[in-house]
Amino acid sequence: MRLIFQRVFALTIKELLALLRDAASRAVLIGPPIIQLLVFGYAATFELKHVPFVVYNQDQGQLSRDFIARFAGSPSFDLLSMVHDQKGLEQAIDNKSALMAIDIGPNFSSDLERGRATHVQLILDGRDSNTAGLATGYAQSIVTTFNGVQIAEHGGNPPSTVLLDRAWFNPNLDSQWFIVPGICGILTLLVSLLTTGLSVAREREMGTFDQLLVTPMRPTEILLGKALPGFLVGTVEGSLIVMVSIFWFHVPFTGSLLGLYLGLFCFLLSTVGIGLMISSLAVTQQQGLLGVFLFMVPAIVLSGFATPIANMPEVVQYITLLDPLRYFLVILRGSFLEGAGPSLFWPQYWPLAVIGIISMIVAGRLFRRRLS
Amino acid sequence: MKVMRLAGLMRKETYEILRDPSSIAIAFVLPLVLLLIFGYGVSLDARSISIAEVVEHPTQLTASFLAELQHSPWFRPTVYSDEGSAEQALMHGRADAIISLRSDFTRLSYSSGSAPVRLTVNGVDANQARIIENYVNGTWLLWLQQEATRQGTRLATPVVADTRVWFNPSLRSRDYLIPGLIAIIMTLIGALLTALVVAREWERGTMEGIMVTPVTTTEILLGKLIPYSAMGMGGMMMSTAMAVFLFDVPLRGSLLVLFSTAALFLLTALGMGLVISVLARSQFVAAMIAIVTTFLPAFILSGFLFDIRSMPEIIQVLTHIVAARYFVTMLQSSFLAGDIWSVILPNAFGMAILCAVFLGIALFRFRKRLD
Amino acid sequence: MQSTLIRAGRIDMDAVVVRNLSKSFGKGVGRRDALKSISLQLPLGTMTAFIGPDGAGKTTLMRLLAGILTPDAGEIRVLGHLLPKEALTLQSQIGYMPQHFGLYEDLTVEENLNLFADLHGIPHGMREGRFAELLTMTALGPFRKRLAGQLSGGMKQKLGLACTLIHPPQLLLLDEASVGVDPISRRELWSIIQQQVVGQKVTVLLSTAYMDEAERCDHVVLLHEGEILAQGNPAQLAAPFQGHAFVLENVPTAPRNLQSRVAQLTGVVDTVIQGDGLRIVMQEPRPPVLRDDLAPFGTPKAVPARLEDAFVSLLFRRTPRHLIPLPTHRDTSQDDATVVVVKDLYRYFGAFLAVNNISFSVRKGEIFGLLGANGAGKSTTFRMLCGLLPSSSGTLRVAGVDLRTATASARARIGYVSQKFSLYGSLSVRQNLSFFSAAYGLENRRRKERMAWALEELELKDYTAMNAGSLPLGYKQRLALACALMHEPSILFLDEPTSGVDPLARREFWARVNALAAGGTTCLVTTHFMEEAEYCDHLVLMSLGEILAQGTPTEIKDMVRRPDLPKPSMEDAFISLIEEHELTSRRAS
Repeated sequence: MRLIFQRVFALTIKELLALLRDAASRAVLIGPPIIQLLVFGYAATFELKHVPFVVYNQDQGQLSRDFIARFAGSPSFDLLSMVHDQKGLEQAIDNKSALMAIDIGPNFSSDLERGRATHVQLILDGRDSNTAGLATGYAQSIVTTFNGVQIAEHGGNPPSTVLLDRAWFNPNLDSQWFIVPGICGILTLLVSLLTTGLSVAREREMGTFDQLLVTPMRPTEILLGKALPGFLVGTVEGSLIVMVSIFWFHVPFTGSLLGLYLGLFCFLLSTVGIGLMISSLAVTQQQGLLGVFLFMVPAIVLSGFATPIANMPEVVQYITLLDPLRYFLVILRGSFLEGAGPSLFWPQYWPLAVIGIISMIVAGRLFRRRLS
Repeated sequence: MKVMRLAGLMRKETYEILRDPSSIAIAFVLPLVLLLIFGYGVSLDARSISIAEVVEHPTQLTASFLAELQHSPWFRPTVYSDEGSAEQALMHGRADAIISLRSDFTRLSYSSGSAPVRLTVNGVDANQARIIENYVNGTWLLWLQQEATRQGTRLATPVVADTRVWFNPSLRSRDYLIPGLIAIIMTLIGALLTALVVAREWERGTMEGIMVTPVTTTEILLGKLIPYSAMGMGGMMMSTAMAVFLFDVPLRGSLLVLFSTAALFLLTALGMGLVISVLARSQFVAAMIAIVTTFLPAFILSGFLFDIRSMPEIIQVLTHIVAARYFVTMLQSSFLAGDIWSVILPNAFGMAILCAVFLGIALFRFRKRLD
Repeated sequence: MQSTLIRAGRIDMDAVVVRNLSKSFGKGVGRRDALKSISLQLPLGTMTAFIGPDGAGKTTLMRLLAGILTPDAGEIRVLGHLLPKEALTLQSQIGYMPQHFGLYEDLTVEENLNLFADLHGIPHGMREGRFAELLTMTALGPFRKRLAGQLSGGMKQKLGLACTLIHPPQLLLLDEASVGVDPISRRELWSIIQQQVVGQKVTVLLSTAYMDEAERCDHVVLLHEGEILAQGNPAQLAAPFQGHAFVLENVPTAPRNLQSRVAQLTGVVDTVIQGDGLRIVMQEPRPPVLRDDLAPFGTPKAVPARLEDAFVSLLFRRTPRHLIPLPTHRDTSQDDATVVVVKDLYRYFGAFLAVNNISFSVRKGEIFGLLGANGAGKSTTFRMLCGLLPSSSGTLRVAGVDLRTATASARARIGYVSQKFSLYGSLSVRQNLSFFSAAYGLENRRRKERMAWALEELELKDYTAMNAGSLPLGYKQRLALACALMHEPSILFLDEPTSGVDPLARREFWARVNALAAGGTTCLVTTHFMEEAEYCDHLVLMSLGEILAQGTPTEIKDMVRRPDLPKPSMEDAFISLIEEHELTSRRAS
């Protein structure tokens, strides 16, 4: 038993040394995840700021100018220019210089002054319908506020109820709070896959694998020795990334560290297991790379990182049950924002552990089969 | 440059591609699988938002409001007896939002006219939360109008904003996501195809044999670029066909423009792969760089999902070196709007510069020298 | 017309003129001077060999002359072109075959030829004739449509040469073209090269680890640590050492036991086993004095010195030889026990029969040699013995067990040094040793002892912190041996351990193996250096997966002894046995 431990330990040390002594792989392992967290943490935002819009104002009165000023003064919208005909409006949308155009008819002010309802047209560029949809919501709320002021000044029948909305866990609906924990998950996935997915293929190509096989090490020990470095690197990098999220991006950490680390452990169990599966199947590094990509890309897309799983068709939703990142994102977001602890995460822990254990067993089988 | 040498190199590359099934897998199987998963998996249209309803004192008024929610295709309401259990549901992710009408709702609505409809959303996914707010808001406004009509009054809405969404009136997110996905998939293919090919020749020692022939560096690089571009175009055609026939995305621009811009983009993506390949002489390092620099930047920085204008300025500048950024814009226009030259030309220009820079670096750094 | 004029004008010119050429690699502490201000002048139409130990700068010089490296200082003119400026022009006039010629393995023989014809701009009309000529010359005609990746090592090398010659070059650069090639293929390669020199008046520059190849050249340049130690024609180089070489003939016992003892005598520079005798090179032109129990072996006879003697002696002056002492005690338990048994062994790869019904056995403490051409099935047999590959059928026993099915701990009894350098290149020498001793389950104290032993005995002390990947080839080989010996295995497998290693390092390596065997370790070796076969106690000669002959070196040579060949060398024996076998198997099929 002591011997087994000693051999696995030696292999782990060797793997870590091989990863960290080579300047290029060291750089690739440490630099990019942090840079990516910083860049993507700022880039990935669903908030709308500075949406450019144009106005075609056929009205001469003061009220239309007030109306436009409400849009121009909002942080969400930037007035690009006033256009003077329908054609200018169309052009601005067509060539994407403006996302929204406001078309105000000639009777805007006079209608309002007479207490009559008036119509304005909001034209949006539907080529990017998420932005268009969000911008519509923003614009509606500006219009509603404007209407409130009009009713107060000119009288009229106000609505009988008001809609009061509030958001739990993220009162300002700051999408960075949502995205940054997601990126933590993606980067941990990336690092643990990279350290394990190519490792056997690399030894095969370099010829060191035979040398390893003639030692008294058992396949299981070799596999363990390959898994541990993935665990260690994943844990260290994961912690580093979580710290950057807390101290740099100021995402509040309201849950329990125990809950998060239990989750990280289960998550790494599954990603390292999958990495080793790829590793045992791949004969060349190119195949290993292909395998890592083929797993990683769908895993990210189907994890609910950017688009909610609930929006997917039912069949695809079942597929996401196989995606370890899906569970880990729930744990990350729960720990960061919802103040959830380990007791709330059981529905996440056990699937991760099951995926991990099954993939480890399959990796071990494949590995032993490859050897014979 | 001599045609015979270039042709020889291209022929060699073609044989290698044809005899190594993994290249073909990258060019054709990968886009097929990814587009299927993405096409079905990525959608921003909220469907079946599960709403927890809490009504403390049911009346005819509350019933009519709940009926409106029930009729909306967006919501899947469940009634909870008290606020506490609804909150539990929100906490455990069984509900996306809570709508609660307090016991004084009916009384307040007739007396003061400011009866609160309380909406609580889970704000963790801020984007989704905002979409839910918009949907609830819209439904609530509609109900107000109907309620006013039923009572014989008219609701004072001085300004009615009529929203018209051009190019995608139903705001189907798939229509704009799929063109963006094609751009991302092509980025992956381009980088994966070329990232390893030069590094592989160094490792196998074939480069040394080629280098001492009269062949020039331009010929070596073109000999790689052209066959892989051709293969990438095959993948592009397949993706376009899938978008149009399988996902019903309208294609309003001309095929000529679409494929010309795709060719330019492929050249850029392959150029980037070549740069990686030339800079890293080992396949392992090339693979790592390819993974890190292709998929995630294209996914996040291309404007495919996250609006570039909302990013901090410095990152907006950074997005200019992501080729997918230009291609996403052009593809969305080509599919949904048509051949709009004022979109195509500036983006094509940006891409051409990027392409020239990548190929320039590849050419400059790739010399017929071992040191 | 113009090109003939230029050619004619250059008749009296030198093919290569190099002045004060320097080249170093790396920066700072890791900086290594590969060439230190060398000057050289080689006339057109001659054949020049660069020889020297590993890391002498042979490959660097070749690459500089081919224009694919930039010099740090100095002037290079090749065929009148100033390098590196006119490299592109030069490259259309030369042929260069790098050490590991990279053929495109996914392309067929013909497609490879076509590619290089395209790159050299050979018009399509002229190709067929040239291809036919080259394919006949290399005997690759029947394999035109075969993928290069499926050719044997020797055939690949010949195809590489054919690709290099596709455009008749004025200058041919060959960097260790015959490394890892069996004697038959090597002979064929040489006949092609010589046809070029005689027939086409091509100037040839080659680097080689084989002294017999260098001996056939007009001019030999001996490089050592980036400097030229000596140059001249082979006879000139050997001249100063006439009178230093002696031979002890008809040694009654196994020559290798005698060799290690003679090597310890003062004044002895080099000892080589030669047939039944021992060749001795002395520091001074005086015969060695054989006293005491060596006296009965008779008196050494003076023989003419040859290039190899000069090579060893010149390098000996620079770096005195390290003597490997024989072990003082020998593990005599179970001497003469059979430790490896192979019976009726078969191995198929798909439909291809790689090992065809072979049987042999190895006794404890023997040096057992597996000889054969490329693709003869030597490595496959080894990999099956080590448990890396299952057999298709047959019996395998190593130390009484089949390693494929035995418990993992049974593997602790064997050590394995594979054909390619296969240690962790990015780990230091110490880390590699430490890893393998832990992998073999050595406990702490013993691990420390063995590491100290390895660093001391294999002279790796100066390199402990260096990355294994950047060691010179000879040191890599030592490290590989050290790693395989950390756990003191009783059986050692060495798969082509000396391929590409220079003559000095090779001698040292064999001295170590000799010492190991003397200490009771069984050593199994594959090789295609025929002279190395003489070190073995027992030999098996393989071809196309079958055993052609087995026995002691003398027994094998006796098989081909004929009146016209009274004293066959091992190479003679090998070639005639294989040719005979191929003839019969062809007749049979």
